[in-house]
Amino acid sequence: MSTPLVRPKRKNPLARTRLPLLPQGARSRTALGLTAAAAEGRFALQVCGDCAHILYPPRDVCPRCLSARLTFGDVDPYGRLVAETTIRVSTDPYFRERMPWRVGIVRLDAGPVIVAHLHGDTIEGERVKLVLKLDKSGSAVMFALPAQETPHMQADPHLREMTCDPHYRRVLISDGRNAVGQAMTKAFSEAGASIVFVGVADPWKPFPGMAELSKIERVEIVALDVTDTESVTELAAQNGGRIDIIVNTGEHVRPGGIIARGNLSIARDEMDIRYFGMLRLAQAFGPALRFRGADGANSATAFVNLLSVHALMNWPAYGAHSAAEAACLSASQCMRAELRPGGVRVLNAFFGPLETEWFQTVPPPKLAPAALAKAVVAALKDGNEDIFVGDIAWDIRERLKANPKALERELGSQ
Amino acid sequence: MATPDLLAFANAIASGTIRVIDLTQTLSPEFPTIVLPPEFGQCAPFRSEEVSRYDARGPAWYWNNFTVGEHTGTHFDAPIHWVSGKDLPDNAVDTIPPQKFIAPAAVLDCSAEAASNPDFILTIEFVERWEAQHGQIAPGSWVLLRTDWSKKSYADYAGLREDGAHTPGPSPEVVKWLVEARDVHGFGTETIGTDAGQAHHFNPPYPAHFYMHGKGRYGLQCLTRLDQLPPKGAIIFAAPLKIQQGSGSPLRVLALVAT
Repeated sequence: MSTPLVRPKRKNPLARTRLPLLPQGARSRTALGLTAAAAEGRFALQVCGDCAHILYPPRDVCPRCLSARLTFGDVDPYGRLVAETTIRVSTDPYFRERMPWRVGIVRLDAGPVIVAHLHGDTIEGERVKLVLKLDKSGSAVMFALPAQETPHMQADPHLREMTCDPHYRRVLISDGRNAVGQAMTKAFSEAGASIVFVGVADPWKPFPGMAELSKIERVEIVALDVTDTESVTELAAQNGGRIDIIVNTGEHVRPGGIIARGNLSIARDEMDIRYFGMLRLAQAFGPALRFRGADGANSATAFVNLLSVHALMNWPAYGAHSAAEAACLSASQCMRAELRPGGVRVLNAFFGPLETEWFQTVPPPKLAPAALAKAVVAALKDGNEDIFVGDIAWDIRERLKANPKALERELGSQ
Repeated sequence: MATPDLLAFANAIASGTIRVIDLTQTLSPEFPTIVLPPEFGQCAPFRSEEVSRYDARGPAWYWNNFTVGEHTGTHFDAPIHWVSGKDLPDNAVDTIPPQKFIAPAAVLDCSAEAASNPDFILTIEFVERWEAQHGQIAPGSWVLLRTDWSKKSYADYAGLREDGAHTPGPSPEVVKWLVEARDVHGFGTETIGTDAGQAHHFNPPYPAHFYMHGKGRYGLQCLTRLDQLPPKGAIIFAAPLKIQQGSGSPLRVLALVAT
């Protein structure tokens, strides 16, 4: 079993904060196929389209039949740890700080033999499950877990290095006034976050769930309005140095297309709350997040964007809203590049209509805020970068992959 | 009539013989704004973005760009704000004759009544009792409702409950009477609007807006320091921004009071 995670000691406020270092992250364009799978928490290897050979490491032609028809596909992740070793000395600046480090050779049942990072509970000669993880550099690496779950498995320091587990981390939920913000607060508290800061704008305006929100364990209500630069900057000045995960729950869902609305006031609110809100959070908290990427066991680790899946393809029934979501998606890609030097991940969670007031007239299936919150916590524990939550989100993802033009037309006639 | 001595007036202000009282709330992001059902367009709260502050964005100067609604913070309502005043001449902030921006005030102190009842409604009887003490409201006067509402916390100030806002305001009868029988200049309050929090249920709804603006009168809201004004004798200086076809505007409201 792994040693259970203990609450990290309080940081000596006079001690220097060690700067984040990254493991070597360069990958070939072909090898980024592994990164794509790791980002979604899938295990995929190249499969030859001609001879069905499963190969690793990624190549441009099949070593068995010389075919160039190699595509990444999900494959059986189980195998055996045939050899292991512990590295005690390294010249690599990132690994030097993290010695000793176990690596081993895994023979997959599917064929390939793969060098992988090892979970502390893996045993030489035993069955293991390989997973693809994003390391601190954001690149995919092979990681071997015990085939069966072991006690406190999530606390393994090597695994924690590859994930964004909220356990004993300090979380900021940017907007606690809405159902999603409240569900997130509950989920992160239950996931063992040491503090859940919850932003509440316009405290003079009562909101549903107000009384219950402050009763959630380890919650601290803070004044935060993502539409007010001064408010965001002030909170970052006070608490930015001790926030490890930010979940932007600011939302402004309003139905309607673009032409029908007749003016820009709703669109401005959408952009102000969603897009500019995200930028304000990024500008105010981003520097500290990036600086604190290696700040001990509760280092800064993730920025979470909650995105309508219609960021990927406009749904004209909520057309202007979709456009604002698309702006956020684009900004998230920029943020990823900017936070990567700190080893801080940007998780995008895509979802369809929610079981909330502003989707009142939309027929099911609709996603419950609690289900979204649960999925986000799970994705952070798993270290994902992109997740699709619920049937609608998956459906849109698949249809987009198959035929984007067909999806555009179909959504346009709904 | 002799030419007024404006220099003496200026000297009286400079010497403090005439006190200048600022009846304005500071424009800040936190100050409550009117809340409408969420499917309607909303009044933008005050927001400010720093352009530069003696830094790389502008080395020697500090300035901000701000955004605000016409009805945010201490603000002026023009007749064009309400449908009842939409066709009147000179009904927008840019076309109102400028002499209308200076007028005397009658200050009705309802602070005791409002303290015990957030739904306090100003009635004709109340005003008549006030007049019995202070004399009839002179034509062309602002009627300012002192409730001490400006001294409350923001939550109590907005007074929002399950069934909407609970803040004091005038009855439909008294507003109509003030306009028709007293020919007042306008109606001013400390609360977010000139109407009571529950005025949606009045007949007509929002009577202070309906009658005042329907007869070309003005509104002032989110005033403060009304407790420093005498019942009669203060002169109000309230000039809104000259916004083309503006329905209102945040403004600085000053009261001149002889000491």
